Amino acid sequence: MRGFLLNRLSQSLVLLLIVSVIGFVVLNLIPGGPLAQFGLDPSMTQDDLNRLKEQLGLNRPLWLQYLDWAWRLVQGDWGHSFRDGTPVLDVIGRHLVATLLLMGSSTVIAIAIGTWIGIRGATHRYSVFDYLATVGAMVALSIPTFWFGLVGIYVFSLRLGWLPAGNMYTIGDGSVLNHIHHLILPSIVLALVHVAIWSRYMRTATLDVISQDFVKTARAKGLSERRILMKHVVGNALLPMITLAGMQLPSVLTGALVTETVFTWPGMGRLFLDSLGYSDYPVVMGLLMFSAILVVLCNLIADIVVAIIDPRIRLS
Amino acid sequence: MAASIQASAVEKAALSVRGLTVDLPEGMERAHAVENISFDLKRGQILCIIGESGSGKSVTANTIMGLLPKLISVSSGAIHLDGAAIIGASPQVLRGLRGRVVSMIFQDPLSALNPLMTVGEQITEVLTAHGVGTKASRRSRALELLTEVGLPDPELMYHQYPFRLSGGQRQRVMIAMALALEPTVLIADEPTTALDVTTQAQILKLIRDIQRRKGMSVMFITHDFGVVAEIADSVVVMEKGRVVEQGSAEQVLKSPTHPYTQRLIAAVPHLTGKDRAPQEKAGKETILKVEGLAKTYRSGSTLFGSQRVVPAVKDVSFELAAGRTLGIVGESGSGKSSLGRLLIKLQDSDAGRIHFDGRDIAKLPESEFRPLRPQIQMIFQDPFASLNPRSTIGQILTVGPVAHGMPYHQAREEARALLAHVGLDAGAFGRYPHEFSGGQRQRIGIARALMFKPRLLIADEAVSALDVSIQAQILKLLDQIQRETGVSMIFITHDLRVASQICDEIAVMQRGRIVEHGPPSQIFLDPQSAYTRELVAAIPGERPRSARAAAAND
Repeated sequence: MRGFLLNRLSQSLVLLLIVSVIGFVVLNLIPGGPLAQFGLDPSMTQDDLNRLKEQLGLNRPLWLQYLDWAWRLVQGDWGHSFRDGTPVLDVIGRHLVATLLLMGSSTVIAIAIGTWIGIRGATHRYSVFDYLATVGAMVALSIPTFWFGLVGIYVFSLRLGWLPAGNMYTIGDGSVLNHIHHLILPSIVLALVHVAIWSRYMRTATLDVISQDFVKTARAKGLSERRILMKHVVGNALLPMITLAGMQLPSVLTGALVTETVFTWPGMGRLFLDSLGYSDYPVVMGLLMFSAILVVLCNLIADIVVAIIDPRIRLS
Repeated sequence: MAASIQASAVEKAALSVRGLTVDLPEGMERAHAVENISFDLKRGQILCIIGESGSGKSVTANTIMGLLPKLISVSSGAIHLDGAAIIGASPQVLRGLRGRVVSMIFQDPLSALNPLMTVGEQITEVLTAHGVGTKASRRSRALELLTEVGLPDPELMYHQYPFRLSGGQRQRVMIAMALALEPTVLIADEPTTALDVTTQAQILKLIRDIQRRKGMSVMFITHDFGVVAEIADSVVVMEKGRVVEQGSAEQVLKSPTHPYTQRLIAAVPHLTGKDRAPQEKAGKETILKVEGLAKTYRSGSTLFGSQRVVPAVKDVSFELAAGRTLGIVGESGSGKSSLGRLLIKLQDSDAGRIHFDGRDIAKLPESEFRPLRPQIQMIFQDPFASLNPRSTIGQILTVGPVAHGMPYHQAREEARALLAHVGLDAGAFGRYPHEFSGGQRQRIGIARALMFKPRLLIADEAVSALDVSIQAQILKLLDQIQRETGVSMIFITHDLRVASQICDEIAVMQRGRIVEHGPPSQIFLDPQSAYTRELVAAIPGERPRSARAAAAND
C-alpha cells in the first residue's frame, strides 16, 4: 500500500510538471503577448512598453521565465495579477468557494440520481422506466449545457418566477437559504449531463455484477432480492464507478465554467474568461495549475478509496 | 393403485422430479431445455446426473432451486422437495427453501464468492437470511463449519477475503456455506471440474464423508464418468434434454443399455498403462533438446521494493525424438503452460538452452527466429477464444503461410485439402468461426497449425475444453496426423488419463520442475516419485478398477 501511494504520488508530480510546461509554452505562443492590449492605447509610448517589459521580466528568454515562475510556484508564490497586482492565490481564493459550491452540489446530485437510475435500469431491464432513462440520457448528452441553462432561466425564472435567474445571492441578503435558492438551478443544469453519463455507466456496471456467479450464490443461499442488491451488487458495481468519478472531474470543471457564465456565478470560470481577455498570464497559469492539481488530486483520492474498499488491492 | 405407489415414492424420496418439461425461448436450437424427465433422489444417497454440454443437467438443477432465468419457463411437470411442491410455489416460499432445505455449490469457486466480503460474513449471511440464531451463535456456527470442511485455522479463515484462498479452499468455503443449515438436499453443479486432480479427489472425499455423516441427499451434476464411479449411488444419464438411462451406479457403469451411455463410457479415456506403439516414421534423431531452462516472473516495480518474484520454470531439461509425443503433465501453477510458451518463444527464457534441430533458439532474437517459427506451431486450449470471430476460416488458415511467402492460390488449395483432412467439408473455407461447434473449431485450430507443415506441434490443453466424446475424436485425429506426417508433439495437459492415450513418454511437473520422466507404463504402474503416485491415485474412477484387479489377484 505504501509503495502504491509513493508510486502514484511520483506519477502525479511528473504529470503536473508536464502540464505546467505545455501550458506555459502554449500560452506564450499566442501572438501579441501579454502587453498587446496596450499597443492600441495612444497614451503608452514604446518606452513605456519597454519599461513595463523590463519590470515584469518579460524581456528574458522564455525558459528562464518558466524556471523563475515554476521555482516561485513551488515556494508558494504564484505571482501577481498583471491587472491589479493582487497575488494570484488571493484572486483564485476569492472565486474558489463559489465554484466548489457549484461543482460539489451538482456532483452530489449527479451521483445520487445517476446511481439510482442506473441500478433501477439494470434491475428492471427493458422496462418502460429503462427505455425512458435511456432516451433521457441521450437527450441530456446531445444538448449543450448552456441551452439547458437558458431554457431553465426562461421557464423557472421568467415564466414561473420560482428561482432566481443568476448570481449567487441577493445583495443585502447573505442567508444560507438565499444561497441555496440561487444554487438550485445552476447545479441542476450542470448535473444533467453527468446524471446521463453516470446512469449509463452504473447500469452497465450493475448488469455486469448481476450476471456474476456470486450473485447466483447469494440467491442460492435464500437471501432476499433487496439484500442481494444492497450487499452483493451495489458495492461491487460502485467499485469501477469511483475511478470514473475521479475521471469525470475535469468535465465537471469545464461544465462549471460554462454554467457560471450563463448564471453570472462569481466563480473561477468567469475569472478564467476575464483573465484570458485581459491577457493576465499569471492568473491564467495559476488557474491552469490549480485545476490540474485538483484533477490529479481527485484521481489520486479515487484510487486510494478503491484501494481501501477493495481487499484485493488493500491487502496485497 | 398406481397413484398410491407414486405418492409413497414421492414421500420416500428427498427430491422427486416427475414429467418435468422446461421450455427454451423461441429461436433456440431446440424447443425444450429438458423434456419430460423424471427421477428420484432417495434419502441419504448420492445421485449423479451425467451428460455432455447442452444436455440440460444444469437447467434441471436451477429449476429445482427456483433460479431459472426469466426467459426460461417450466411448462409442465412436478418437483417435490422433501414433500413440498416447488413448481408453482411463490417466490417467498422458494426463497425460504433455498439455503435451508436445499443448497447448491457451483462449478467455479473463483467467481462464486463475493470478493468484497470476508468468508465469515458470507457464511453467517445464510443464517441471518433465514433468521437463525444470535450474532454470537452464528459466528460460532460458522467457525464450526469451517472446521468441518477441513479448512486450517478457522479463526483466521473467518476474517479472510476470498482472493487469499486457493480454488480448493474456496470450494470448501462454498460447501461450508451450503451446509450451514443442514439442508435435506445438496445440489452440486460440477463442483470439481475447475479444480486440480488432487484437489478434486479431496473435495469428492469431503462431499462423500459429509453426506455419510449427516445422511444427506446429494444431487451431483458432472460430465465425468470417473467422478460417477467414485461417488455415485445411482445415475441419471441425460442427452439433449432427455433422460436416456437411469439406474444404480453399478448397473449403469457395468452394463449400460442405451447406446448413448455406451458411447459416453467408451469415450472416457482410461489409464492404459500400456506404452504406445512406436511410430513407423519415428526416427532416432533428436528434434528438440532442452537444457536447464528457467523462467522467473517479476511483477510490480523494483523502484519501491514491492516486487513479486514467481519462479515458474526451474532447471527443466528433456529430449524429444522426431515423430514422438512427449506429455507434460502437472496441476495448475506447475509451470507446464509457461514451459510451452518458452518453447515457442512467446516468452523469453531467463537461462538454459533450447536446441531445435541442433540449433540453440533460446537466445535467438525475433528477427532470426522468425524463419523458424513456421516449424514450431501451437494448438490452443480454448477453441472459442483462439479464432478471430471476424475472419473467415479461409482467412484464418491462409494469413500465416501467405505472410511467410506462400502464394495465395497455393495456400488456398492447401487449406481446402487440410480442412477435408481434419474432417471438415471444404465449404468451411468461407464460413465464420461462430458457425462451428467446439470440436469443429478445435479441428480448425489443428488445421491452422498444420498449414505451416510444422516439425513440432505444441498442444496446450488442446482437448480440455471439449466433451469426452469430442475429446476422443480429437485425440484420434492428432494420433492419425502424427502417423501420417511424422510431426513431433508436446502435449501439455492436466489430465493424466488424456496423456496416457496419446503420449510416448510423459514428464510430470511440479512447482516448475520435472519430478519424473518416463514412459506411461512407468508413470502409471510404477511411479517413482511420491508426487506422481499422489497424482495417479487421485484420478477419479481408476481406483475401484485397480482395487478390483488387486482383489482378483489375491
